[in-house]
Amino acid sequence: MLPRPFVIKKVRRETEDTFTVELDPREGRSRFDFLPGQFNMLYVYGVGEVPISISGDPAGSTLVHTTRAVGTVTKAMAKLRRGDVIGVRGPFGTSWPVAEARNKDVVFVAGGIGLPPLRPALYEILSHRESYGKVVLLYGTRTPSDILFKDELEQWRARFDLEVFITVDRASSGWRGNVGVVTTLIQKAGFDSRNTLAMIVGPEVMMRFTALEFMKRGVNDNSIYLSMERNMKCGIGLCGHCQFGPVFICKDGPVFRYPQIKDLMVKWEI
Amino acid sequence: METLERILAQHQFFKELSPEYLTLVTGCASNVRFEQDQNIFRVGEEANQFYLIREGRIALQLFSPDRGHITVETLSEGDILGWSWLIPPYYYVFDAKVLDVTRAIALDGKCLRRKCEEDHNLGYELLKRFSSLLEHRLETTRLQLLDLYGVRS
Repeated sequence: MLPRPFVIKKVRRETEDTFTVELDPREGRSRFDFLPGQFNMLYVYGVGEVPISISGDPAGSTLVHTTRAVGTVTKAMAKLRRGDVIGVRGPFGTSWPVAEARNKDVVFVAGGIGLPPLRPALYEILSHRESYGKVVLLYGTRTPSDILFKDELEQWRARFDLEVFITVDRASSGWRGNVGVVTTLIQKAGFDSRNTLAMIVGPEVMMRFTALEFMKRGVNDNSIYLSMERNMKCGIGLCGHCQFGPVFICKDGPVFRYPQIKDLMVKWEI
Repeated sequence: METLERILAQHQFFKELSPEYLTLVTGCASNVRFEQDQNIFRVGEEANQFYLIREGRIALQLFSPDRGHITVETLSEGDILGWSWLIPPYYYVFDAKVLDVTRAIALDGKCLRRKCEEDHNLGYELLKRFSSLLEHRLETTRLQLLDLYGVRS
């Protein structure tokens, strides 16, 4: 339960308010084992601790997190530089069903800051690409300037074994890409609805409508997974901060099969 | 060879439309192609067509003097462009600009309106399909308006 000190190896600004940190442990072995979809509690010493999903390659040598500078802790984190130390507890939570997705078409749907928690699963699947059917990434952001990992998206777009569709809610002048909510991309994905697994991350309303759109197109709700976010504190289901009806997001999630939580998602009382 | 009737029959929009009505609709259809940056229609023009996009991409835009051309939505393969032909006073309310070279099937709205007046069952079949389209567009527009990815203040 004690945070391990990690040294910031690199800080990269992704957008105006989003950044990526690469971390190495200050002591001990350098490799950080985790499963795609899991999160860590990151501690900015003297400020506080926040849950942040891991955005790097599970096979990579450094621990990578991408987040938006939006609260006290993440704003303080955004000011840290190479060589500064940060506390890490984790990894916590459930993971994306990359093994279950084998031999199926896989559709990733990310909304806004939802791409970082999906990225490790995409890395994992791309590293065993032959084991999967069609692989599609659908990504929606608010505006073109909010698109994360632009260089990497370009590389992914250039691949013949991965289809990438991007859309924005609000276009700036000069944008020649797609405009519209991310759910409108689902019909473009061209997957086999009887043999497809969908992984979704984004704001809850977006995830719910995305899941409904998949179901409308014949995807079984048991093949739809989404990653939830709540006020995680302890990370192990003890403190109750992230309780969501009968489940704890930190321990039973953050990745859930849609039927596990679909009824809870429309209950605003909890 | 792919006939227009066959293409229409395979399109999701005309799914389960009877062969008799499909023939009637095909009588109002033609193949069209639009070049990049071409305007398919502009705000205020009489709305006499709608399009089944077979290939390409189109931006629905509005012009604002201070912000220029604002794209509110893009449409591509499989989408339907235009429903103003169905609703009086039959004028387009957006510009439709071609982003990528587009191939489509154009359906003559005047021709279809006449056939729908003559056969209300055909009218009902088309209205059912357009209602579903409108419902979907309304839903996605509402989601767009929610500004879901914005930072909560």
